[in-house]
Amino acid sequence: MQTNEKHIKEPLFHITKRTDISTLKAWIIRLIAILAALIVSGLVIVVITSYNPIEVYAKMIEGSFGSDRKFFILLQNTAMLLCVSLAVTPAFKMKFWNLGAEGQVLVGGLASAACMFYAKDSLPSWLLIIIMLITSVLSGIIWGVLPAVFKAIWRTNESLFTLMMNYVAIQLVAFFIMVWVPNGSSVMGVINQRSEAGWLPELFGQKYAINIIVVAVLTVIMFVYLHFSKQGYEISVVGESENTARYVGINVKKVIIRTMVISGAICGIAGFLLVSGTNHTVSKELAGGMGFTAIMVSWLAKFEPVMMIFTSMFIIFLQRGAGEIAMTLRLNESVSDIITGIIIFFIIGSEFFINYKINKRASHKEAK
Amino acid sequence: MAIPAIELKNITKRFGSKVVANKNVNLCAYKGEILSLLGENGSGKTTLMNMISGIYYPDEGQIFIDGEEVVIRSPKDAFKYRIGMIHQHFKLIDVFSAAQNVVLGLKEEGKYDIKAVTERVRAITEQYGFELDPNKKIYEMSVSEKQTVEIIKVLYRGADILILDEPTAVLTPQETQKLFNVLRRMREDGKAIIIITHKLHEVLSLSDKVAVLRKGEYVGTVNTSETNEAELTEMMVGKKINLNIERSEPKNSEPRLEVKNLNCVNVEGIKTLDNVSFTAKSGEILGIAGIAGSGQRELLESIAGLQPIESGEIIYHNPKTGSDDELRGKTPIQIRELGVRLSFVPEDRLGMGLVGNMDIIDNMMLRSYRKGKSMFLERKKPKDLAERIIKDLEVVTPSAQTPVRKLSGGNVQKVLVGREIAASPTVLMAAYPVRGLDINSSYAIYNLLNQQKESGVAVIFVGEDLDVLIELCDRIMVISSGKISGIVEGRGADKGEIGLMMTKTDGGASDAN
Repeated sequence: MQTNEKHIKEPLFHITKRTDISTLKAWIIRLIAILAALIVSGLVIVVITSYNPIEVYAKMIEGSFGSDRKFFILLQNTAMLLCVSLAVTPAFKMKFWNLGAEGQVLVGGLASAACMFYAKDSLPSWLLIIIMLITSVLSGIIWGVLPAVFKAIWRTNESLFTLMMNYVAIQLVAFFIMVWVPNGSSVMGVINQRSEAGWLPELFGQKYAINIIVVAVLTVIMFVYLHFSKQGYEISVVGESENTARYVGINVKKVIIRTMVISGAICGIAGFLLVSGTNHTVSKELAGGMGFTAIMVSWLAKFEPVMMIFTSMFIIFLQRGAGEIAMTLRLNESVSDIITGIIIFFIIGSEFFINYKINKRASHKEAK
Repeated sequence: MAIPAIELKNITKRFGSKVVANKNVNLCAYKGEILSLLGENGSGKTTLMNMISGIYYPDEGQIFIDGEEVVIRSPKDAFKYRIGMIHQHFKLIDVFSAAQNVVLGLKEEGKYDIKAVTERVRAITEQYGFELDPNKKIYEMSVSEKQTVEIIKVLYRGADILILDEPTAVLTPQETQKLFNVLRRMREDGKAIIIITHKLHEVLSLSDKVAVLRKGEYVGTVNTSETNEAELTEMMVGKKINLNIERSEPKNSEPRLEVKNLNCVNVEGIKTLDNVSFTAKSGEILGIAGIAGSGQRELLESIAGLQPIESGEIIYHNPKTGSDDELRGKTPIQIRELGVRLSFVPEDRLGMGLVGNMDIIDNMMLRSYRKGKSMFLERKKPKDLAERIIKDLEVVTPSAQTPVRKLSGGNVQKVLVGREIAASPTVLMAAYPVRGLDINSSYAIYNLLNQQKESGVAVIFVGEDLDVLIELCDRIMVISSGKISGIVEGRGADKGEIGLMMTKTDGGASDAN
């Protein structure tokens, strides 16, 4: 029998699922992934640009923390991304794949811009702001709840539906800009430049302070809602198993619709903040892909609102850093995108090693 | 019998770092012999056989076919060594005929000639005494016929070593007998047959040798003629246990739940329940016997308010108020608001009764979280309940904060049954509550059901093991294709008679008392 062993080919390794892994170990794996990503992108930088990678990384950090102003922009961008991420999270926890946050934010922003454009300075600013907030929230809700109603009643596919609603929203914005801008230009200038009607006021001398505070409050509310409220509990049950939900008497249709009302409403708030607090105008790029980046933020944080603060800040940090190196080192914008891509790829890839373990095969002889 | 047809030496298979599915298992199967592989659920029987049929690859150890060491890395390799496995879940195309399913996936030389295939299939059925029409479509077949197709499929491919994974689980006693006759004929023909089972009487009546696994470890092989039920149980469980269920006489029995002329149809418009009438009484266990999928699930779900009902009545006699409440057309919440204390242990534990990713405490809340006007959850009482159930029912878990999907099957069931009993029900419905459980856990569940019965609950128990039903239940209702084919007294019931009733197609007058 022993002579046979030469002919026997065995698989080299096999993969097994980890049943339990300590949080510490999981974070060590993630850290190793980031380090590996930095090394790989360092190599890429050297090969294609011949810059010193350390210098490039230093610039990236400078892009976010280089000055007070840069730091505040980091916070503001983080807040907006976090806001959209908070919006998609309850839907995702319910396994309702809302890919339409982009559109929901856009219609929210459009509603605010419309209020500003038509009201001008005819109303006191505080009243205008309240009206803007309400219309934005309502628009977000309409955009979010339509796919939910169709899903709840006719079981339509929510991913396609919400995705398509994005294009409707984009074209709506394009249409209104054409109507509003007299010379046919496709760019809308700052609305109410002189009167600043409908602009969120500065706080502590900072332009974006209100945005940040609003999102911070939303984060706390969402955390409490998901973990401690009965409705949050229902969302988890429906997400895990609709059968269980029916078994305990949860009205699944109602939960789907209610949750998407919340999701759409928060997107509407994000749109309002972007128009009233940040841009004071509207464009097709208002959401700037945040509706999709938010999905990544939410998943990376495993749908935990508090964790999302860190994941959204990390993603914004990468984006800001990429922009900074593109500008100061005159690198092509694409190089920075490559670096961001590599880092995110490694982080997502590391989840595999957290969930699975690769074992080398015990050899034949050892077994005996 | 010098060289075994198949021999396993020191086979070990691990899943993850902690679960050892098989540890140093040795096994021999000879030509012209039927070997039973006996073990409780989760003892690693199926894993072991999957390694022979190329679905898993062993971590350690060797496999020999006719004395030659072989490596089986895929089902294709297994086929090469003439090994055929008949799985528990059939892998057949519904719209194809038996013969078409048999040749499906085969790369034979020459033209596709379904007539020649049909002839060969017919020859095989005649040789071994199967009853099968090769031209019949799968969707027209009964479970037992589908199984026959699966067996013929591997025989057609020339298998000499046949592995059957719990083949009798879905069969009536009569169909089981037929299958055994066929297997005996194959043995005479010189095939090596391995049959996976956990039913002792089948092992004793069919096989030549019995190999026993316990918790993934190989306990030993004995000759069937030299052993008995008690010894085999001891080998399986590792200690002597008493296999008798104590059954007390029902006390102060009165009608609690009355079902009258209940009809249900499924989404395709096919009748799932046909004029079902019966009465469940307090202080007794009413067993429901029948082939899987005969309407048991629909019956329980329609009582629980989870199934739309075509026509009929479900009347609850409230012991507190003395009123008669109609449950038909009410949602689970409305039923509870009526003051009906109805508990339901569904068949699908993690897919319906519990939420796998939630911890034990959050699962306790499933039924009760709505209580109170506050919009926030109250976790104190569920936590106490979780801890009480863990202690009283001896649930093995690291803590009450452990997600239930991480618990073993028996412990999951204890959590579910514990929660349902904690609601102090007046009617307790349990669908296959011991499926997949080891012997000790099964008896723990039987005891819980008996306790409920003694405290005056009307217990409805859907079971699959007729021996258990006969030992546990006061009355046994037999359901066949959505119809009640009769209700018999549990004491002194005859298994053969119940088996016949399970396959009765014309229904017959139901004797509802």
